[in-house]
Amino acid sequence: MSRKKDDSLYQKTFSYKFFKWMKGEKDPLVGNVEMTPKKDPKEEEEETINERLREKQMMLEKIYDVENNKLILNFRKIYKFISILFCITMFAILFLNVSYLPPVGDAGNPSDNEVPVRYIEKGIEETGAVNFVSGMILDYRAFDTFGESNVLFIATITVLILLKVDSKLKKNDPEKYEKETNDRTLEPKKDPILQFCARYLMPVIVLFGICTILNGHISPGGGFSGGAIIGAGLILYLNAFGFNDTERFFIEKTYKVVCFVALTFYCLAKSYSFFTGANHLESHIPKGIPGAILSSGLILPLDICVGLVVACTMYTFYCMFRKGDY
Amino acid sequence: MDFIRNFPFFSIMISMLSGIISSILPKKAAKLLNLFMIITVFFLSLILLIYLCITGESFVYMMGHFPAPYGNEIRAGILEALMALFFSAVMFLSVVGGHKKLDEEVDEDRHNLYYILVNMMLSSLLALVYTNDLFTAYVFVEINTISACGLIMIRRIGRTYIAAVRYMIMSLIGSGLMLLGICLIYDMTGHLLMSNIKSSIEAIHASGQFRMPLVVMTTLISVGLCVKSSLFPFHAWLPDAYGYSTVSSAAILSSLVSKGYIFLLLKIIYRVIGFEVFVSTNILNVFYVFGLSAMIFGSIRAIRENDIRRMIAYSSIAQIGYIYMGFGLATDLGMEAGIFQILSHGATKSLLFIAAIGLTDVSGFNRAFIHVTGAGYRNKIAGIGFTVGALSMVGVPMFSGFISKLLFAEAGINVEGKSVPTLVVLAISVILNAIYFMKTVIRIYTPAPDSEFKEESFRFKDKLSYSLTILGFIALNLVLGMSSEVFNDLIHKGLEMFS
Repeated sequence: MSRKKDDSLYQKTFSYKFFKWMKGEKDPLVGNVEMTPKKDPKEEEEETINERLREKQMMLEKIYDVENNKLILNFRKIYKFISILFCITMFAILFLNVSYLPPVGDAGNPSDNEVPVRYIEKGIEETGAVNFVSGMILDYRAFDTFGESNVLFIATITVLILLKVDSKLKKNDPEKYEKETNDRTLEPKKDPILQFCARYLMPVIVLFGICTILNGHISPGGGFSGGAIIGAGLILYLNAFGFNDTERFFIEKTYKVVCFVALTFYCLAKSYSFFTGANHLESHIPKGIPGAILSSGLILPLDICVGLVVACTMYTFYCMFRKGDY
Repeated sequence: MDFIRNFPFFSIMISMLSGIISSILPKKAAKLLNLFMIITVFFLSLILLIYLCITGESFVYMMGHFPAPYGNEIRAGILEALMALFFSAVMFLSVVGGHKKLDEEVDEDRHNLYYILVNMMLSSLLALVYTNDLFTAYVFVEINTISACGLIMIRRIGRTYIAAVRYMIMSLIGSGLMLLGICLIYDMTGHLLMSNIKSSIEAIHASGQFRMPLVVMTTLISVGLCVKSSLFPFHAWLPDAYGYSTVSSAAILSSLVSKGYIFLLLKIIYRVIGFEVFVSTNILNVFYVFGLSAMIFGSIRAIRENDIRRMIAYSSIAQIGYIYMGFGLATDLGMEAGIFQILSHGATKSLLFIAAIGLTDVSGFNRAFIHVTGAGYRNKIAGIGFTVGALSMVGVPMFSGFISKLLFAEAGINVEGKSVPTLVVLAISVILNAIYFMKTVIRIYTPAPDSEFKEESFRFKDKLSYSLTILGFIALNLVLGMSSEVFNDLIHKGLEMFS
């Protein structure tokens, strides 16, 4: 209220709005700024829920016609019944079968033959690796392990085919590209606790992984386990600091080059070893003193190769499932 | 001459290395490397086959510095070399025939990924053929499965995704069953090397120990490999996977991937479990029954199909039924007929897929029968290719399909209790084959004057690679059909070397 002016004029002045705001009667932002209640990004809107339910109902009615189509109804019942029956039968047969097999850990078992005896008795002498498992998978049966690391490689290739965002999209339709690669809804937003922990944990994890790989021929560990540890460290770093930070050292080219170098080295080194072995030629790879860090011939470099491939594979899987790009 | 013994190892390693190198190459270089690699493998296998025919005995090759039960080992005999030769030849033709379609259907930056898959697929097939160790076989079965999924879904549309997921689930069930079987074998014998397992299993069988695990193990491995090679009741993944993937993938999957598993099964029958022990478990009778039903039901589904690619896919089920029916006869003659059918079907089915794609392309990319009317005039070379493939499938003399059906009939007639069903079902199946293939051939040569699709002016230069592929397949078919004695002789010798 003013004593000098009319009400209609007074309402337009600044002091009227100011006192009203002081009393808490008016929020100056209402009407000027768009304000919607903040919501959890994962929560589904009611509209989409309804749409989804409607589509499901429509599918049941139109395509399967559940009410009238007795065939499908019966089929579903019989299907459930038969699958349960099948599982139970499978269980029964396999359990019964196990009871006929030789007991675990018995000294006279057929699997206790000359093969493990030689691995244990002559393993160190023949491969130079104190860790028998490393000696077995990377020297005695290196061909299988080469196949196994190629399984990882081909699995990454298949995931790339399935999930990688088109490179054309970035040039032709940047808006859609942004939408496809936007993963902000899933990302913890610069969580200080996570960042603090990751800053101290990540170097330790990666160092531990490297240590596991490098000591693969001396102590338990090796390429597969060490690579998995490094991969986990990289994923932790990505979660704490986001893609902007990881892009500085890991892009698509990094993956390609690392895998190419590691697998090519593996292939060529092992080919040399197979070739000399099969043709009874002398192999010029020194075995070293068992127990030293630089020993056991090809096992150490091969462990490093396998470790690199495994770490890159794990990291790539994570990136592809989350964003579709590095 | 002893240097030739390195060739199996070289061909496996070359194909794997080229797969790895392709990952950093640009599209064109990857394509050239792939072709170069397949040709190299082809010639290596050819020389190996000639060498083995001269020496007349198989050999084992040590992979590394340690002899067999301690290290890995591969083995080469006439049958292995023949299969490697055949696989590389069909792979070359299928890949070349699908180049143009690959450009249309697959994103530019995924091409080198495709060639990685193809190279890895060939290496895993070669390893499955040459391996002498069950665990090596399992590792390469994994590579084979994953790259087959990739080959299906490289054409990124909804149906191939579903087909790939289906294929993956079924195929992993197969791998899982096979792995369980290998575990049981290891528990009973303590070996993974094929020749050692065989002698142990013979001893176990003679002593009467482990009766039940022996039967369960045989069943698990057989069913696992049947699921992976789509024998009749386990075929649900097949039509979509073959029908919607890009054409090279369909050709590779139908003529090579399933055949690789069948060859592995053959190897397990002869070299791991032993033919007599395998016969005594009666699994072969189950193969026989399923094979017969596949021959009928696959053909009936193919007749009812209204989509030319899916029709060819369903025909695969019937043809794989023939192979298992031959195995199920449980005689050497039946096995040989089955192996010849592997060659014959491999050569014919990829021809049909590649010819069919030429026919649908000139019909506005429509695959329904109504649209391909008269397509044989619009794309002449594809029409000829399709006709040859259809004639071979039906079993017209001069083509390979005739020989395989003849061999099946010859093998079946002397087997007690199985002769009548074999001959009757064979006859019914041939008639059913004739119904759906001749229906298609007649349709593509029915003139369609009011068709909306114009006749394509045929310039040999534009479609050089496609035409040469079709001609190559026709030649392969004629060679298989007209000089079948040579192949039968090789198969016979190879099977003798197996045991």
